[in-house]
Amino acid sequence: MTDAPAPAAPPPFVGPLTDKDRIFTNVHGFQDWGVDAAMKRGDWDNTKKLMEIGQDGIIDIMKASNLRGRGGAGFPTGLKWSFMPKESKDGRPSFLVINADESEPGSCKDREIIRHDPHKLIEGALIAGFAMRARAAYIYIRGEFIYEAKVLFAAVEQAYEKGFIGKNACGSGYDFDVFVHRGAGAYICGEETAQIESIEGKKGQPRLKPPFPAGAGLYGCPTTVNNVESIAVSPTILRRGAAWFNGFGRENNRGTKLFQISGHVNKPCVVEESMSIPFRELIERHCGGIRGGWDNLLAVIPGGSSVPLVPAKEIMDAPMDFDGLRALGSGLGTAAVIVMDKSTDIVRAISRLSYFYKHESCGQCTPCREGTGWMWRVMERLRTGDADQSEIDMLFQVTKQVEGHTICALGDAAAWPIQGLIRHFRPEIERRINENKGSAPVMEAAE
Amino acid sequence: MADAVHIPDEAETRARWGAFEWTADNAEQAKKVIARYPAGRQQSAVMPLLDLAQRQVGAETQTNGWLPVPVMEYIGRQLDMPYMRVYEVATFYTMYNLAPVGRYHVQVCGTTPCMLRGSDDVFSACKNKGLVKGGTTPDGLFTLTEVECLGACANAPMVQINDDNFEDLTYDSMSAILETLATGGQPKIGPQIDRQTSAPEGGPTTLKDMVTENHDYRGDWA
Repeated sequence: MTDAPAPAAPPPFVGPLTDKDRIFTNVHGFQDWGVDAAMKRGDWDNTKKLMEIGQDGIIDIMKASNLRGRGGAGFPTGLKWSFMPKESKDGRPSFLVINADESEPGSCKDREIIRHDPHKLIEGALIAGFAMRARAAYIYIRGEFIYEAKVLFAAVEQAYEKGFIGKNACGSGYDFDVFVHRGAGAYICGEETAQIESIEGKKGQPRLKPPFPAGAGLYGCPTTVNNVESIAVSPTILRRGAAWFNGFGRENNRGTKLFQISGHVNKPCVVEESMSIPFRELIERHCGGIRGGWDNLLAVIPGGSSVPLVPAKEIMDAPMDFDGLRALGSGLGTAAVIVMDKSTDIVRAISRLSYFYKHESCGQCTPCREGTGWMWRVMERLRTGDADQSEIDMLFQVTKQVEGHTICALGDAAAWPIQGLIRHFRPEIERRINENKGSAPVMEAAE
Repeated sequence: MADAVHIPDEAETRARWGAFEWTADNAEQAKKVIARYPAGRQQSAVMPLLDLAQRQVGAETQTNGWLPVPVMEYIGRQLDMPYMRVYEVATFYTMYNLAPVGRYHVQVCGTTPCMLRGSDDVFSACKNKGLVKGGTTPDGLFTLTEVECLGACANAPMVQINDDNFEDLTYDSMSAILETLATGGQPKIGPQIDRQTSAPEGGPTTLKDMVTENHDYRGDWA
């Protein structure tokens, strides 16, 4: 017997999630999304009691749950809520804006929540809005989600009819409205201040910060913008407790997460899993493996188009969470996993993303407006090999000049995929240029 | 810009649309939309009203709709906004059509996740049916547009035709969809393979109890 206590083992990945611990039980829409069916699954179950925890109490539980925002940046949700003013000194109301402008290539989780489990979102809106003392929530849903918006409008109507929202919401004595605002096709409106501009009926161009939305956001009032998934998981966290949510994933990366796997797997899907699940297990368990087997894997974009790609051998056994993927020079983003096998024209795949950013740049900041077009045109030349070797470095340098020099992160998002490509696949780009020239690089003349 | 949309002649547009007014139903709907926003903030309603107007124009012309200038001016007057502010919004967002489109607006996603799963084949199927990117077929039936990610990546490749999504496409299934539409039919919406929404093909790997009944998992909570 030793007197030193056994060193605490690092919290391991605790194994695949079981169905009882899944939050979005109707994620695939086998059952009705309507309020009665949702109540049978546990939504709107004595919400008043959750509100009786009190506003600060709810924020404390959310902080203790270590939930990090599910929209991509991973900012702690409870902390974000706590930035809202506790009382209005000048009579301005506060607002909650829920970001359902899911437009990041690879992401398709909010769509499933909205069309199949909308009452989780609306109940979450009430809880979150109450905790941050907001007068109303605006749910900003992307315009192309036409069916999803129909469901959401109808679900909000149902919640009003049942008295769950509106005057004296859930009998709590708190008045809270939920409105749905449809976008009309602009990726940039997923940026929080652009989204606020868009709700105000303007072009969706991001605002310069400060002031931050918590000080002056929608209509100049204190505003918090949260992703759909962050809001929709909050009622379940309150019901089951922060400790339950902390039981999944590694330290600093807690909870469950909707993963969206697209690209070259045998069975692409959306699935809720434990954070920190190893990539290999995620793919084997739910996607039927990589198309053509694991040896056929080329690279993975693990968090939606904005994060750099990771080559096969590095990602295979990596934990899928914020810190694990950051360590690989990439990120979890929205957990939109884009898998590419060896049949992929990797330069074209990234060049197509460059085209996406060129298309979606709002045109406000010069480095992004001009840079995205410039980067795409060079990427197209690298794709065909019609370029000079020196242009690879030049392109890399230009991405560095766009990155960090714009109001919002779209400039960064346009730069990172290219940087990832050059970092990991430079030989492939060089090969194309050499082949296009029809010979090996020109040698210095012999003396 | 070579690829800029051709906006019809102004005099002609004014003659046709100068007297645009909401239908009775849409006037009612417009009122409901404006009421969603605080008093004095009616400008917020510009996006939903432009969408409503585009749908009304579509219904009147038997197409997927567009936004003639007099219609935008009408909305500006209703919301007490300068026309230019309305025009800014209409030109910023891609879903507002600034020129007429066909009966069916075929919007094929070409972004990387769809590209990896074969959106090239979907474009080939369109081409083979005579659809040209950025143009309308001579019979006025189809307008083809390449769009950016529509947020259905686990069901790639996909196309949105008017209000409906068609997912998990191949060259053959896309050809069949266009064929059905051309002959006045309604193709099956959603995934075109044996698959429930975004669950894995062949059946879910999780939450299997949900397939047959509205299962309540709370009984299993520890």
